[in-house]
Amino acid sequence: MRRKKDRPHKAGPEKSALTRRDFLKGAGVTVSGGILVGSTVASAAPPGPETGFVGPGAVPITLRINGKSHKLNLEPRVTLLDVLRDRLDLTGAKKVCDRATCGACTVMLDRKPVYACTVLAIEAQGHDVTTIEGLAQDGKLTPVMAAFVKHDAQQCGFCTPGFVMACTAYLEREHNPTLEDIGKNLGGNICRCGTYWGVRHAVLEAAGVKGGA
Amino acid sequence: MATCKYDWPSEGQRGLIGESIDRIDGPVKSSGRAKYTYDTNPPGRLIAKILQCPHAHAKIKSLDISAAQKLPGVKAVLVVKDAGSEIQWAGDEIAVVAAVNEEIAEDAVRQIKVEYEPLPHFVVDEDLQKAQAAGRTKEGGESKQGDPDKAFQDPDAVVSEGLYGLPVITHCCLESHGSVAQWTDAKTLKTWTSTQNVTGGPGQFGQGLRLKNVQVDDNNIETICEYIGGGFGSKFSPDSWGIEAAQLAKMAGAPVRLMLDRDAELKMAGARPSAYARVRVAAKKDGTLTAWDSESWGTGGVGPAGHPPLPYVLEFPNSHWKHTEVLTNIGGARAWRAPNHPQACLITMAAIDDLAAKLEMDPIELLLKNVNLAPPVLRKAYTDELHVAAQLADWKKNWHPRGDKTPGHIKRGMGVSLHTWGGRGHNSECNVIIRPDGSVTVRLGSQDLGTGTRTVIGITAAQTLGIPLDAVKVEIGDSKYPPSGASGGSTTVGGVSNSVRRGAVDARDELFAAVAPSLGVQPADLEARDGKIQSKSDPSKSLTWKQACAKLGVKTIQTTGKNPGPCHLGDSGVGGVQIADVSVDTETGQVKINRMIAVQDCGLIIDMKTAESQVYGAMIMGVCYSLFEQKVMDETLGIMLNPNMEFYKLATIGDFGEFVVHMMTGPGYDERGVIGLGEPPVISPGAAISNAVANAIGVRVPTLPLTPDKVLAALEKGAMA
Repeated sequence: MRRKKDRPHKAGPEKSALTRRDFLKGAGVTVSGGILVGSTVASAAPPGPETGFVGPGAVPITLRINGKSHKLNLEPRVTLLDVLRDRLDLTGAKKVCDRATCGACTVMLDRKPVYACTVLAIEAQGHDVTTIEGLAQDGKLTPVMAAFVKHDAQQCGFCTPGFVMACTAYLEREHNPTLEDIGKNLGGNICRCGTYWGVRHAVLEAAGVKGGA
Repeated sequence: MATCKYDWPSEGQRGLIGESIDRIDGPVKSSGRAKYTYDTNPPGRLIAKILQCPHAHAKIKSLDISAAQKLPGVKAVLVVKDAGSEIQWAGDEIAVVAAVNEEIAEDAVRQIKVEYEPLPHFVVDEDLQKAQAAGRTKEGGESKQGDPDKAFQDPDAVVSEGLYGLPVITHCCLESHGSVAQWTDAKTLKTWTSTQNVTGGPGQFGQGLRLKNVQVDDNNIETICEYIGGGFGSKFSPDSWGIEAAQLAKMAGAPVRLMLDRDAELKMAGARPSAYARVRVAAKKDGTLTAWDSESWGTGGVGPAGHPPLPYVLEFPNSHWKHTEVLTNIGGARAWRAPNHPQACLITMAAIDDLAAKLEMDPIELLLKNVNLAPPVLRKAYTDELHVAAQLADWKKNWHPRGDKTPGHIKRGMGVSLHTWGGRGHNSECNVIIRPDGSVTVRLGSQDLGTGTRTVIGITAAQTLGIPLDAVKVEIGDSKYPPSGASGGSTTVGGVSNSVRRGAVDARDELFAAVAPSLGVQPADLEARDGKIQSKSDPSKSLTWKQACAKLGVKTIQTTGKNPGPCHLGDSGVGGVQIADVSVDTETGQVKINRMIAVQDCGLIIDMKTAESQVYGAMIMGVCYSLFEQKVMDETLGIMLNPNMEFYKLATIGDFGEFVVHMMTGPGYDERGVIGLGEPPVISPGAAISNAVANAIGVRVPTLPLTPDKVLAALEKGAMA
């Protein structure tokens, strides 16, 4: 019941003794390896062996983030989150659990919410990546952000950007949320300060549903 | 009427103070622009990773870092625990590596070869006999008052006995502990640290580094923490890994970021001590409490954790308590929001609730009857709060005697608890600066844990100067600013609001003195309100804020406000009452929180919105530790089994029903001045929820968290009894 959100990886190696990086490093990344991969990896990979393996050394990749193209040279094991935070200084997405549990790293891939800690940068090629920095244009708050401020849906604020992304993506597909829906659909974001009460009201407000104000 | 020049404005004159105001850093946080320590990327920044000890207790036989050092991209390897060192818990640091990126740092950690000699370990804290048999206990204090033996033997006494407890839980700050360290020259260190103690940072770094033979003057260290992703009592020092970040940065000649991985965060960056107790409690048949006796124990790791203050809040005429420390090989205890209070509260309020059930009394009636056992200053507050909470919960209509008798497998119940905390403002100094162009800055070495500290500072200054909130620039989070206390024990709001009030009154009075001649009035006749400086006797004599400040010419006003200081601006000691309404599925053992009511006093409230958020948040944190949280230790291996957020469970947005928060304000409360609020509302949820579950199913689930297995076990035991 707790983790309802779509995840980029259905079967990760998380429960094995291997760490994710060990697994990915050892296995390489196959074209059919992840549900988001598709043909983009094959087309983006350098002239590689016919097996469809890339890496383990650095390979050139191109990411489209917030409408801007970024050319990078990265090992295939590098996650989208680490690229955003450590290479591009887009630090709105946070690293918290690093295991697709808490949602603090939520970004959108083609407007669908994903946990950036569990998407490889190489997998994100050919998709439109939207981070929280890409939502607020010219310093103006989006309706979801403004509702978070109004309903004080944030304390320390570390889960907040991920929560705002998840709420934004949720409201793009659901225009008339109920409290019960919110509980089920936003259960993939964890807050330690306990701001859920405010988040519920912020979501209702941003959706224009009565009870949000 | 105000009699002292710094006094808070009287009722009706408070303007912004006490209103529900958006936090001023809300937009920067909700848009992802707030930069935390973890987000700090100075040019050339290296990333450091820790090699953790896999054993709960071991001696290091040998250690070889040569392969790690040779790995391309590795810039520095630091041995933390050398051969011969004894390790006391799994997860402790052995060595740290700094490399150009996270992947290489992780590779290098795996290249370090360590030979361990495992030693016997002990990680079980719930079974006191087992700990005693293993020789892992230490006396933790004992106290007696009155004649409890005689009171328990009184033939008229009704006695209830029970076992109650809470396991070790972690802080699980979403921003893990850590620092970014940069030597801007050979002698000067800049650190961004996720800390509750910005002002204390330079001294702590300096001392830690000198112990490691890195010579640096505190004077040449700056600690910065603009935003912190949670602390809850676990981030008062830079910790060993903060010092290591600075050592690595020196070795590598480049800035180093060392943030704990999630598993390390949960294993070693803080734990709330456990507490268990066998309790006897007695009352007369009319419910008058007469005697308390408890034998308690708990663990804070290899060191002592202190004893929970038993019995909690209520001073029994006859009482005896004895506490035993259980010493275990788990990561050390740290202050966890309201240290030792949630433990004492659960043990006391559950025992009293069981006694009320035995007396066939409504527990609210029993608490009201015994409110004279509470500290005198809180008796009226508790009485008021119990009545308000009962009314908000419609207690008289909804409460039933223990055991929901309605048919079906969903049983509903209600429970109540009360709590206390101190919360006097800490030492704080601030600068209030008014410039000739009218701009205002308030500057202090404090930090905002998410409680609303920035907002409270801004409101206090704006109201005192009679200008809008957005006209005040609040600068905190840097050790270069005037010293302000660490944020712990609910001491910040009192400290910073009081220092800022004094500093702002002095700054305002300097401005009055500067403009009075041009208005042809005495400075004492001036007031600052609605963006104007005007004569109280003749409001037509007035200047806008900007016009007034222009009279300063080239002079800038800068005052220093301090706490403590003159006039009564704050106090200590609050009460609070919470009621939980739960449903329990007796087939699955699942507990559902239908509703929680919190009634809380904390003196004069500066910002109602962030104050209420503290209470909502505390109740949710309370749901977490009541239903889900536990640091699960493997007895055989001595390791933590759930050092991740998938199995270290926290509540999510759908895991509770409706919350009601009622803050006690007005006469009797406001004139006490500002008192802290961070700790108190997190104390009662465990007891209120546990009592509600007992009320629903008719039997006590002795320990938190109230997981389905424990609920079903209690039901089975109850059915057999």
